[in-house]
Amino acid sequence: MKIFRLFKDLFRDYRFAVSACVLCVLLVLAVLSIFAPNDPALWDVAPKDEAPSFTHLLGTNSKGQDVFWEATFSVRNSLIISVIAGSVSRLIAVIIGMVAGYRGRKTDTFLMFISDSLLVIPLFLIIVMLALLIREYMNLVTLGLLLALFGWAWDARVIRSIILTLRERDFTYTAVLSGTGTMRLVFNEYMPYATPLVFSTLINNMSWAIGLEITLAILGLVNMDIPTLGTTLQWAISKQAILLGYWWWILTPIVLSVLLFIALYWLSVSISEYLDPRSRIQRVGGA
Amino acid sequence: MTILKTEQLRAYYVLDMMGTKKEVKAVNGIDLDIKKNEVYGIAGESGCGKSSLLKSLYGLIEPPLRHIDGKILYNINEEEVDVFSLSQEETRKLRWEYISYVPQGSMSVLNPVTRLEETYRDFLESHVPAKSKNEIFELAREHINKLGLPQKTLKAYPHQLSGGMRQRVTIALAAILKPEIIIADEPTTALDVVVQRGVVQLLKEVQNELNNTIILVTHDMGVHANIADRIGIMYAGKIVEEADTETIFGAPKHPYTRYLINSLPQFGDKSVRKSVPGSPPSLDKLPDGCSFNPRCPHAKGRCFERVPEMVEVNNGHRVACWMEN
Amino acid sequence: MSFIKRYLIPRLIQYFLVIFVGVTAVFFIPRFSPSDPVEKTITQLRSQGSFLDPASMDEFIEDLTEMYGLGGSLPEQYMDFWKRLFHGDFGLSFFQFPTPVIDLIAVSLPWTLALLLSTTIIGWVFGNLIGGLAGYYSRKSWSRILDTIAMIVRPLPYYIFAFALLILLGFVFRLFPISGGTSFGAAINFSWNSIMDMLWHSFLPALSLVILGGAANFQTMKLIVQNVNAENFVQYARIGGIKERRIVGRYVIRNAMLPQFTNLALSLGQIFSGALITEIVFSYPGVGTLLYNAIITGDYNLIMGIIAISIVAITTGILIIDLLYPLLDPRIRYSQGK
Repeated sequence: MKIFRLFKDLFRDYRFAVSACVLCVLLVLAVLSIFAPNDPALWDVAPKDEAPSFTHLLGTNSKGQDVFWEATFSVRNSLIISVIAGSVSRLIAVIIGMVAGYRGRKTDTFLMFISDSLLVIPLFLIIVMLALLIREYMNLVTLGLLLALFGWAWDARVIRSIILTLRERDFTYTAVLSGTGTMRLVFNEYMPYATPLVFSTLINNMSWAIGLEITLAILGLVNMDIPTLGTTLQWAISKQAILLGYWWWILTPIVLSVLLFIALYWLSVSISEYLDPRSRIQRVGGA
Repeated sequence: MTILKTEQLRAYYVLDMMGTKKEVKAVNGIDLDIKKNEVYGIAGESGCGKSSLLKSLYGLIEPPLRHIDGKILYNINEEEVDVFSLSQEETRKLRWEYISYVPQGSMSVLNPVTRLEETYRDFLESHVPAKSKNEIFELAREHINKLGLPQKTLKAYPHQLSGGMRQRVTIALAAILKPEIIIADEPTTALDVVVQRGVVQLLKEVQNELNNTIILVTHDMGVHANIADRIGIMYAGKIVEEADTETIFGAPKHPYTRYLINSLPQFGDKSVRKSVPGSPPSLDKLPDGCSFNPRCPHAKGRCFERVPEMVEVNNGHRVACWMEN
Repeated sequence: MSFIKRYLIPRLIQYFLVIFVGVTAVFFIPRFSPSDPVEKTITQLRSQGSFLDPASMDEFIEDLTEMYGLGGSLPEQYMDFWKRLFHGDFGLSFFQFPTPVIDLIAVSLPWTLALLLSTTIIGWVFGNLIGGLAGYYSRKSWSRILDTIAMIVRPLPYYIFAFALLILLGFVFRLFPISGGTSFGAAINFSWNSIMDMLWHSFLPALSLVILGGAANFQTMKLIVQNVNAENFVQYARIGGIKERRIVGRYVIRNAMLPQFTNLALSLGQIFSGALITEIVFSYPGVGTLLYNAIITGDYNLIMGIIAISIVAITTGILIIDLLYPLLDPRIRYSQGK
């Protein structure tokens, strides 16, 4: 019943309602990939370059594939990358933030130096360099992990500052004096305070990962045989879909990604406003 | 001569929380008659509506605080002016020229990125006819000098001053246009005792100098004893007792006033000081009858049924308690 | 004194440490990678159909090793790397052999700097100005409309937004040139025509950077102003009957600008990355397009040179902003030890 009330409150915000609906549609699309008639890696399974029709809802591309079924795979795969990147980087952020906040002193200085550097350096270039080097090993998982390595700095900082304030509270002294272990204290007592933050930034981080995947695909740094929003777009560009006027091919990944980005952003804004109406400043990963 | 008067003034916070309307009766039917050239103290616990009353007296009733009914009358050049009938620009002009304000906690009320002389300039230029920047600064310097504050404070940024100095600067600022009334909201709270003395001293000096009226709100009865000519005791949005300072301290009538006075330390008395038992009622759910009845040792019968009216028991000594009727 | 100790020195230390760590990473990452750039170059050449006999092959490998700075032990290579860095020597570009990497970057960098500086400043000023007004008049309908627009534009990544603009204004409406920094074959000089031609070509990339940067600044500034508006010193000024225009300018905007200055420093890396990506979309002749070509052709020296220079440039930019900040905030300029 509590969950039901929570959703009722959230749905009052039109942004939440819109984004939840759009995301549902996109999720259904991703799930539909199970029913795809062909392996997405196969070429020439359909007539080439046909405009949308009843047999091919979104037309076909120059590789001889159905654009609709390709789209289902690309949404699915982009979401998989973003979920891996988002959840692993959240895990890193929680661990680093908690350790830095609780241990303090040199550990703290060191860890915060790393996270500050990550915030300051043009990350995109570092990611490009790493992607270049593991190009042959690129798949959904490695790409997700690569992005996860760089998406934790901001959150780690915020979690650390939460821990720093909690450390001064009475219950910490009580727990320490009564012999509670450090790890248990941190994860049982402190974690609940950091959880809402982790959830609301998870969405932002997913959006960042999807955006970076598209950029890396344009640079040809990901596996071009795996359909994602990025690779689909890159194929369309490299096969001159714009000049040839195959609008259905080029617009499908663009419209899908625009919908996805806006939906994720609105979702995160409405959730974090719900959690904390005062601090509504959002941070969206760039690139 | 009366300088400020309220008639059955009511101002409530009207809150709409998840569809249920809530009325917080912060100012609940208050009659004040404040004379020219007096220091009028308003005392009471936190949460009794003191600050809301002050805002109302200042003509600053903004949502969620709402004016329900009653009047506030300023006496401007022998003429009674209803505050609620004034235009926005008219009220703006009255502020600082006729009535000014010393805020609670001067820590965050001064613009942190400008020197104090700039703050003085902002206030002066918004009210006095155009003058050159140097004339304005000269004016501020003279004023500061006259009140015995070090001149270099004008060149300082707020964060460079101590809390006591900041509070004195805001008092000086409130006096700069020689207003008829200065309202001071807990000017000594959050300062240590030695500094408090200096601040109270400065308030007295300002009042001597300008021959004007100070309305001083604080929960600290010690400060009232020190400076106020007359005191109104406020409880749950109402004034429950009012008299000159000597009478309030010498012969208090309302049981609440007696508690407040007994909680003060006294020379030679080593017994433990007692504070008022219980806690103040929440202003959206007042008890029936006298609001003080849950905490009153003498409460009986009609105290639980009807709200006592203010009655004059002695010359200028008014109290709202059934024991006195 | 305490200002230097508390503010200046930590920032200088951070500056040099970040450059040190960043450049070290640029040095080590390729060397710990599973693939050898020399081998990679050779396979790439083979796949393009070049044939080399074994003798010249060995020589070629040696040349490549030398060129990539891979000769000698690791510490030697590392010291050598720094030495060359101080001389601005990043070796020769492989695919535009034998042009030094630094020369290629020197040609592209002015384009990027011009685009980056102008769009960042315009986006910052306009975003903050409009955001500030929208925050101050947050109940007005135009403020809400702008807010909704920002809510739509803000989450779009640089690539998608620039590309959508390119399709819309370059292909569908054909209002602006779709690629390049000048008209084809046009000479670059300081004549009126040449400058107008360059501005005309940089309009779309600049527009997309200004809109995205402006939207981000708009949103944060709007929130900051709403918060500052509720601060005690603003309320006090209002209570004091200070004229509203003065309150907006000297109290609200002045104070709200401070965090935006810090935010600019924090997001400089992102803005820079965004500019590179936008350049790629419009084939704008800056560092981004250079990087793109370097990646496509596997030109390792060029990639490493671009990244190393970018790290130094960005951290320097941030340091400059950090050093300017105390001029705006007296609390830092005259901080007193506690």
